[in-house]
This record gives sequence, structure tokens and C-alpha cells, in this order.
Amino acid sequence: MIRQGLQRLFSFYDEMYQAPYRRIERRAQRRKDDLFRLMVLSESLGVPNPAAFYTLELVPFMLEDFHDWHQRMGMEHSPLEGFRCC
Amino acid sequence: MTSWLMALMAFAVFFLGYRYYSRFLAERLFQLSPDYRTPARRYEDSVDFVPTNKFILWGHHFTSVAGAAPIIGPAIAMIWGWGPALAWVLIGTVFMAGIHDFGTLWASVRNRGQSVGMIARNVISPRALMLFLLIIFFLLLMVNAVFAVAIGTLFSSFPESVLPYWLQIPIAITIGFLVYRRNWHILVPSLVGLVALLFLVYAGTLAPLGLPEQMGGYSSTAWWVLIMLGYGAIASRLPVWLLLQPRDFINSHLLFICLALVYLGVFVGTPEIVAPMYNTAVPDDAPPLLPLLFVTIACGAISGFHGLVSSGTSSKQLAHETDARFVGYLGSTGEGLLAVAAILATGAGFATVGEWNEHYGSWAQASSQGIAAFVEGAGNHVNNLGIPVEVATTFMSMMVVAFAATTLDTSMRLQRFILGEIGRQYRMPALGNINFATVLVFLSCAALAFFADPSNPGAGGMVLWPLFGTTNQLTAGLSLLVLTLILWHLKRPVIYSLVPFLFVGAMTIWSMIINIGSYLRDGNMLLVVIGGFIFVLNIWLILEGVNAVRQKRDPSEMLDMNND
Repeated sequence: MIRQGLQRLFSFYDEMYQAPYRRIERRAQRRKDDLFRLMVLSESLGVPNPAAFYTLELVPFMLEDFHDWHQRMGMEHSPLEGFRCC
Repeated sequence: MTSWLMALMAFAVFFLGYRYYSRFLAERLFQLSPDYRTPARRYEDSVDFVPTNKFILWGHHFTSVAGAAPIIGPAIAMIWGWGPALAWVLIGTVFMAGIHDFGTLWASVRNRGQSVGMIARNVISPRALMLFLLIIFFLLLMVNAVFAVAIGTLFSSFPESVLPYWLQIPIAITIGFLVYRRNWHILVPSLVGLVALLFLVYAGTLAPLGLPEQMGGYSSTAWWVLIMLGYGAIASRLPVWLLLQPRDFINSHLLFICLALVYLGVFVGTPEIVAPMYNTAVPDDAPPLLPLLFVTIACGAISGFHGLVSSGTSSKQLAHETDARFVGYLGSTGEGLLAVAAILATGAGFATVGEWNEHYGSWAQASSQGIAAFVEGAGNHVNNLGIPVEVATTFMSMMVVAFAATTLDTSMRLQRFILGEIGRQYRMPALGNINFATVLVFLSCAALAFFADPSNPGAGGMVLWPLFGTTNQLTAGLSLLVLTLILWHLKRPVIYSLVPFLFVGAMTIWSMIINIGSYLRDGNMLLVVIGGFIFVLNIWLILEGVNAVRQKRDPSEMLDMNND
């Protein structure tokens, strides 16, 4: 009972703290993620990447929200030839 | 009149306004629907659109709109007596701020969560957005200059607040670090930080830190203005999680503590109001009550800045449309309570009329010392609770400084974004450069603070307050115009937004003419140019609105009026 009450208090306070700035923080995080995604996928997009050998194994992790990313970047359909998400 | 009766009356008026008038607005005017899918639910993306609990959203909205301005405005307006100030705060909050905040929130929710500027573009014309941006740019420019001067004045008058204020920064940074880098819950660090801050308030009374009265030909206030603007420029470049967010969070606690302490102090001490109800001996240099009262108290009665918050962030987080009444209307009522607290502090916080007169002997004195009157008066109320008066005044001055500094940080960021937007529109890429824009913002604010009153460079910047209030009210008037046009097209009663629009519009235009006339007489060409420019922008925007009516642009086509 007390633990539940405390848990609720903790989450209420956390939400009070996050709500006003959530948008700014998540946008900043998204910008960083987008840049990282661009670096990882650069070889597939036709931009030579000297570190491609090392970033290749990260590609599967980039595909989960790939569709949202290319739409956000103004590309209606997937720019990758070998990967069609829509 | 006793102060507790005034406080009780204000509570009653605000309660009745929320209970009956806001319900009327919700049911008859805005026709809120519990079935409507708000943008937060429809476009939920965990970034911009996030359905949020209404109590949390109210807290966010209230603490965003309530800051130093609803304290400074009423503190200055007391020069005309407490009667006009109180009447305007009560009537303005219930019948104008309520519908303004609530209405812009509703309009934004029904417009895919767009900002009031974007809605103006749809409802009035594409030009309206650019005019709106320019007006907001000048509003922010004046906010920075005026708040820097207010902080400078407080640091000079209350050097005890310097230590707690500056040490609040490392406390906030530690909290930000623990939450974001160590994934701590915020509850414990914020409460520990708050206790540490209260301890520092006490330490500040033992170790006042002031600058020498004169350095290099400038007063200490002028130097504080420069330091604060420099601080604002640096702080606005830091990530929000590091300083702005944790400090804002601590400030929101300070706000609730301040309100509780002042009202409790009033009910426990029951001091008599020593300020005149209607000041028949207004100093010669004071401007006329009509219309200047209505722009001197902007925040606290009705403020255009609220519309930016309502339509900027609150509308994107509203989980249910019916929550708009609680968040929008009650949020503005909370700010009204802060304004009444300022009236109680400056009206009943002094033992004799003579003490009160020390702060209100002239308009210039009221402008520069009104805020000090609040700090002293509120400190005396809190003293009724057994807290030493030095500690209480230090707490109050540190709190006002913290509010003003957070606003400074936020508005310098916003100003930079607007410069970037203007740069994109007019193909001036340099304005989009973050370093260039920051330096430009710093220089423009410092120039305004120093040259607004050439006879008292730096310290005389409070002369800008009526101009700031006027611009703020103009923004509110424009939001009300947009709201009226929407209601008109939806064939709903417009009188409830039209009357506030006409009143605020008339008072602000009249005030602007008086302001410009007074600056002309004083030979202050800088303020003549700024005031004239804002005046032209405003008239232009109103003409765009009239044109939109003549062309019968139908905004209801752009609004989402389906309730499913």
C-alpha cells in the first residue's frame, strides 16, 4: 500500500518534471539519432563511408523505425533499393 | 478594508468565475465534446503529441504563465490605489484572461494543435503569421531588457538574494545530471535541492553580496543588467535538461510556497490595507490611470503570452477536449491569484502610509521600486508566520529573481528561434547561425536596457514596462480577434470574445499613442521608433483581420469540427 503510494508519487513527480520539456528533449534526441542513422546507412544511400565495414552490423538496429525516418526526411518511399518498407 | 477580506473576496470571485462562467463557455461557446479525439491522441508520437494527465498539464500551464510579470505589473499599478488594480485583476482574469487562455487552447486543439500564429495565417492571411512573429520578437526583446533591469534592481536593493540565486544554478545542474545521466527519479533530488536552497536563503541573509554602487561610471544595477544578459545568453545555449528544466522545476515549487506563505501570512496577521483605495494624490509624472492601468497590469489580468503557451505546448498534450476548461481557464485563474498576492503585499505589507509612500512617491520610483515594495510587503506578511523578516524578504527577492532569470533564459532561446525563422523567410542565413543569433540577441537586449532611458543607462530600463505591457496586450488582442473570427464563422455567439477584444484593442492602441507621445516629449527617439513600429504592425494586422471578414475567409473549413 505504502509502496504503491510512493510509486504513484514518484511517477507523478517524474511526469511533472518531464511534461514541459519532453518535446524539446525528444526532438533533440531524434536529431542525434537521425544523424547517427544517416552515418550508418550512408553507404547504402550512395555516400562513401570509410567506416562502413564497422557500421554494417548496426544496420539491423536501424530498420525498426526506418519508415518513420525516411518519411520525416521528406522521402515518401524507401530510398534503399534492397529494403522496401512501404 | 482588511487584507484577509480582500483575499477572501478574490478567492470567491475566482471560484464563481471558474464554476459558472467557464462552464458556460465550455458548454455553449466552445461546445467541448468528451468524444473528440484531441491531437494528442490522434497524432500521438511521444515527441510533440503526448496525452497528459490534466492535473500535470494544469501545473505545467500555470507555472509557465505565472512568473515575475504578474508580480511587477500590479506592484507598479498600485500607484493609482488598490481599488483599480484589484478590480482590473478580478474582472480581467474572470472575463478576459479566462476566455483568452481557454479559447486559444480550444482553437489550437481543433486546429491540429497548431500555434496561434499559424491559426492566424489560416484565419486571417499568410502575412498575418509574419506580422505576428515580428510582434512577438519585439515582445521578447522587451521582456529580456525589462527583466534584466528588474533583476538588477533587486540585486542592488537586496544583496542578500545574490548568494542563494547564484548557488541555485549548481543545485539545478546537479539535479539535471542525476536525473538525465544517472536516471534518478526527480522526487528526492528536487526536494533535497529545495531544502538546500531554503538553507542558502538563510545563509544569504548572513552574507549579503553586492557590487560597489558605482563602477566605471555605471551604477551597480547597470552592471547587474549586463551580467544577467550575459548569463542569459550563455544559459540559453546550454541543453535544457542541464539547467533550464531543473531550475524551472525548483521555481515551480517556489511559486506554490510563495502563494501559500503570502496568503497564510495575510490570514494569520490580518493586516489593514494602508495603501489608498483610490489614490487622489497621484504624482505629477504618473500617466493617466485610463488607459495605462490596463497595460501596466498585463500578466495577472490578461496576457498575450498565455496564448502562445496554450497553443504552443498545452494543446498538443491535452488528452480530452473537456480538460481544456480545467487547464486553460483555471491556469489563468492561478495567475490572477498571484497578482492579487502582489496587491496584498504592496497594499497591506507596510505599517504606515508614509512607508508606502516611500515606494510610490513618483512614477519613476514606482516603476523601479514597485518590485522592491512587493518583496518588502510580502516579507512582512510572511513574518506574521514567525519567519524572521530578513529571511522572508530574501526568500521573496530570490524567488522573483529566479522567475525573471528563467524567463530571460527561455525568451532568449525563443528570440533566437524567431530570428532563424525570419532569416529563412527573408533568405538571411546568418540569422540561422546559433552563435551569431545569440550575440545579436544579447546586443539588442543590452542596447535596449541601456538606451531606453539615456538619463539613467542600464538602471532606467523599467521605463519600458508600459511599452512591454502594451505589446503583450496587443498580442492578447490579436489572439482574441482570431478566436472571434472562428466563432463568427461557426455561427456561435461572438460577444464573449468580441467585447474583450474591443476593450483590450482600444486600451492598448490608446496607451500606445500616449506612450509614443510621452517618448516624443522626452526626446527618446529609440522608444518612439520601437513603439511606432509595433503600433504600425498591430494596425496592419487588424486591417488584415477586417479584410479576412470582408473576403469571408472561412476558417471553419480548416477546423476539425467532427466530434468523432
